[in-house]
Order: sequence, then C-alpha cells, then structure tokens
Amino acid sequence: MPPEMPPETAPGNPPFPQPFDLSFDGRTIHARPGQSVGAALVEAGVVAWRTTRGEGRPRGLFCGIGVCYDCLITVDGRPDQRACLVPAADGMRLESGRTGRDTDARER
Amino acid sequence: MRGNADVTADVAVADVAVADVAVVGAGPAGMAAAVEAATAGLTVALVDAGERPGGQYWRHGPHDEGPLAGQHGRRTFAALRAGLVRTGTRTFFGHQVWLIARDADRFTLHLRPTHDGRGPGTRTLTARSLILCPGAYDRQLPVPGWDLPGVMAAGGVQALLKGSGTLAGRRAVVAGTGPFLLPVATGLAAAGAEIVMVCEANPLRGWLRDPGGALREPAKAVEGAQYAALLARHGIPYRTRTVVTEIRGEDRVRSVRIAPLDRDGRPRSGVRIEVDADLVALGWGFTPSLELPLMVGARTRLDTDGSLVAVVDARQRADVPGGPGVYLAGEATGVGGAALAVREGRLSGLAAAGDLGRTIDEGRMRRLQRAIRRGRRFAAALHTATPVPPGWTDWLDGSTLICRCEEVTYGDLCHAARELGAKDPRTLKMLARPGMGMCQGRVCGFATAQVAAALTGGSPSTPSADDLLPLARRPLATPVTLGEIAALGEES
Repeated sequence: MPPEMPPETAPGNPPFPQPFDLSFDGRTIHARPGQSVGAALVEAGVVAWRTTRGEGRPRGLFCGIGVCYDCLITVDGRPDQRACLVPAADGMRLESGRTGRDTDARER
Repeated sequence: MRGNADVTADVAVADVAVADVAVVGAGPAGMAAAVEAATAGLTVALVDAGERPGGQYWRHGPHDEGPLAGQHGRRTFAALRAGLVRTGTRTFFGHQVWLIARDADRFTLHLRPTHDGRGPGTRTLTARSLILCPGAYDRQLPVPGWDLPGVMAAGGVQALLKGSGTLAGRRAVVAGTGPFLLPVATGLAAAGAEIVMVCEANPLRGWLRDPGGALREPAKAVEGAQYAALLARHGIPYRTRTVVTEIRGEDRVRSVRIAPLDRDGRPRSGVRIEVDADLVALGWGFTPSLELPLMVGARTRLDTDGSLVAVVDARQRADVPGGPGVYLAGEATGVGGAALAVREGRLSGLAAAGDLGRTIDEGRMRRLQRAIRRGRRFAAALHTATPVPPGWTDWLDGSTLICRCEEVTYGDLCHAARELGAKDPRTLKMLARPGMGMCQGRVCGFATAQVAAALTGGSPSTPSADDLLPLARRPLATPVTLGEIAALGEES
C-alpha cells in the first residue's frame, strides 16, 4: 500500500498558496506565492527602496512592468534586480540601496 | 510534417534551440501568432519576459486559471493557451531577447533571464522566421512631483492588481487620457480602493456612450457601456478636460493638484483644487516597444497618436533589410488594443507559414485583413479623440524631472535649447542627457521629443518620426552584463 499522500498534494485538493516571509533590510515582511518582490513591499507599506544618484530622491515602483528600471533592488546579494519582475520567494533577502549602476556590480 | 524532428533536435542541444519561427512576446498578438503558425505545421518557439503567457493585457497570477472572470477576451486567452499546449509550442518564459542577429537564412536570438535569480542563464535560439509582438507600455507626460513614490504608470497599477492581487494605494487619482483609465479605476475600486477622481484630459465626445457605432466595432460599444455602469456603481467621479498639474509630498505622494483645461489645452490658471491621495496612476496612451523591430532594421512611421510605429504590409511583413522573414503584430504596428492584436497575430502566423511553404486558408486571411482594417479605423478614431493636450508643457516648472533616470529637469532642457543652441531632440539628448539612463529613454522619449519640438519653435509642436527615432534606438534591447557581451565573441 502506497504511503498516504500529504493533504496538500492529494488529488482534488489543490495546494492553497501559503504566505511566507522574506526580509527587507532585516525587517520581516510577508508575501503570497506569485507576488512580485515589489508587490510584497508595497503591501508591507514600503513604497521606496532606493535613492537616486544625483539628488538622493526616494524611488520605488513606477512602470510596474519592467520598463523603467526605477524599482531596482538587491535580492539575495544580487544588485540591480527589477522588483516588479522578481517573484517573491520564501526566505529571500531584500536590501535597499543608493542606486543602480553606481558600483561596478554589473560588470562582475 | 518535419516539426517533430526539430523539436527533438532542440531538446538534445542544451542551450541552442532551433525552430521554424521564433515568436517574441506572448501577449494577445504573440499567443495568436504562435498558435496559428504551429497549427499550420511550423515548429514554434515562443519567448516572453513574463513567467506566464498573456502579456500585460491578460496578466494573471500563478494560481489563476487565466484572466479573472469578467476580464475581456478571457475565452480567447483560454483557447489560445490550449492551442499552445495542443501544438507543442516550445515556450521560453521568464526570458528577454536582448540581441537579434541575422545571417543568410536564419535569425539568432540571444536570451537572458528576466532576473538574475532565475535559471538557466543565457540561451540562444535560432529560427528561419521571426514574428515580433513586443507590445507597448504606458506613455507618460512629466508633471511636477511625478517622481514621488506612490506615483505609478496606470498600467503598472493594473499589473500589480492582476498579477499580484496588490492594491498600490488606498486613495487614488487616475489621470491622463484614453479609455484605459477606466479599467484601472474600476479595477482599483472593485479591489477596495477609494477613487478620488478620474481626470480625463479630453472631452471624449460620446466615446462612453457610443464608441464607434459608425465604425462598426460593437464589442467596443459594449465595453464602453460596461465601464460607464461600473463608474456609476462605484460612485467614481469622472471629469473630462481635467488634468493633474502637480503632485505634492516629501517622501511620498500626499496630495494632488487638479485643474480644468482651457480651449487651447492649457491648465486654466487660478482654477485649481487640491485633493489628498496616496496613489496617482498616470497614463497618456501607450508607447509601442520598438527595440527589437528597430534592431532588425524595420522601417517606421508616425502613427495618428504621435507614436513611432513599425510599417507592415497587408500580411504583417516588416520592411527590413535582408528580405522578408520578419513579421510584426500588435501594438508595434500601431496602438490598437488586444482584439486587434489577436487578429494581427493570427494573420502574421498564417503569413509566416505560407511564406515557408505551408498550405494556408487564403479566405481566412482575407477575413482577418478586413477585420484588421476595421480595427485600425477604430484605433485611429480613438487616437484622434485622445490627443496629448497641446499646452501640456505649461504645467512644468524648471525643477520638474523630464528624465527620471538621469534626473534631467525641464530647466536643464530649456538651458540646452536656449543657451547651448540645441535645435532638435538628438542634440538635446547629447547636451542635456535625457534618455541616457537605465531605461534608455523608454519613459521620457516621447516627452523629450515634445519638449524639444516646443522649445525649438515647432508649431504645432508635434515631433516627427525623425525626431522620435533617435530616442527609440537602443543598441541592446535590455541592459546586460559585460560578460554576456564577451560571450558572444566566444560563440562565433
């Protein structure tokens, strides 16, 4: 007799997407599967996570679809990722930053 | 049928996939193109930056079957998605094409993951034909304070809602022009946000009531009536000939100043109200994504909405150096919406199959061509009804950012035009650097061309295709690492 299937994978009982945690500058925020990193931040009340190179102005989501590069964020140590496109994942580490491209990070 | 052999071959070679036709963009046009080409017997590779098919219009979350109930064209989406599965179309989701090269009889597409955390790294795709369906993004007019967090493109607000189930704010002003403001406002309201106001810059004479009965697009009339009903149900104030002239706040949006437009399309002085808001959704129509069409040398023209678009013939073929083989469908050929994009996508898929020797139904092609002409007439009427206000630069002040990436202000552009003698957008770009940042001018290109036309004395200040082209050309379609460029040399 095969082992009993765990309830979340049993046929006819599709897995209900469970919320999970990620961290933003050390603070815990919650996300649902399928949310982008940017969406999770906005739901947590965070609307800006970098400042501009020139005037030091706060920036977060603008175009929301990967066009404007305003929402750049460091994800698990990888800099300059578009928060609107990166799917949030359990345990992910997000870090705010000054701006994209003021380091040689992209040339690694 | 030689399709199966190709599919087997591209599974065997790890990072190089081979197909008869590569379709770039899996929105309404790209899905339709892929399904038609595959149904006609071609092997098809379908690439999209998103993780799922649907593009911006049919964006949905990973646990949704597709676009939500009530969303337009939902059944078409379901049929097309089933078509992709049925035909065994190979999909490359979560990847962006950053470079396309053409040699004698094939195209080589270089792909990179949309974000660095996603495997499996860069890939190469080769195909005999190319169908580009890159879609469009919101067109923007700068306004003081539009760089504040809490100000978003209308399409971005919609994307958050559709893709992540996330409300971008609780108290929203939706502003700009065009019918797209309506689903954004009603979508936000249905999800629980308060819509302080929808500011439509144009009078939209009768569009809601009868958006083109004379133009015979009955589906659009139904859509318009549905939105009118939704606005009423949610009690959303909808003001025409009204614009946002200033967005205020320190660290984020706190309030919005709103003014009526005068007959010349300038905000009436002294007649301004200020409302509290934590979200401003802005959209002034759409800008087609032309990076890839321009990369393959497609000829362009100025469309009725002032956008640079690619020229196609009656079978969706682009005019490119090196002969036929490139097809374009959807917004890249002129902003016209999802229904038209599906028709163009289908036609391009059939045309590509026909040109590669497959038997296709010519009668069906003619019916699609007629439907496309109908859709184009409707789109042109809508463009004419929703122009950018001619006096919009009146609401700029010297410190208003035009280029968000490089933080170039209206004052900087005025200085370059008046003191440094820049006479055209290209010179303005060289002297003041608008459009030279990470987004490569996607967001500010249209506005920069408009400002340049206004500052250099053009009246009416409408930029030409020649003005827009230098702001639309991008050597690479998306930023890449130096390592990825270096790897190109190693391959060849």
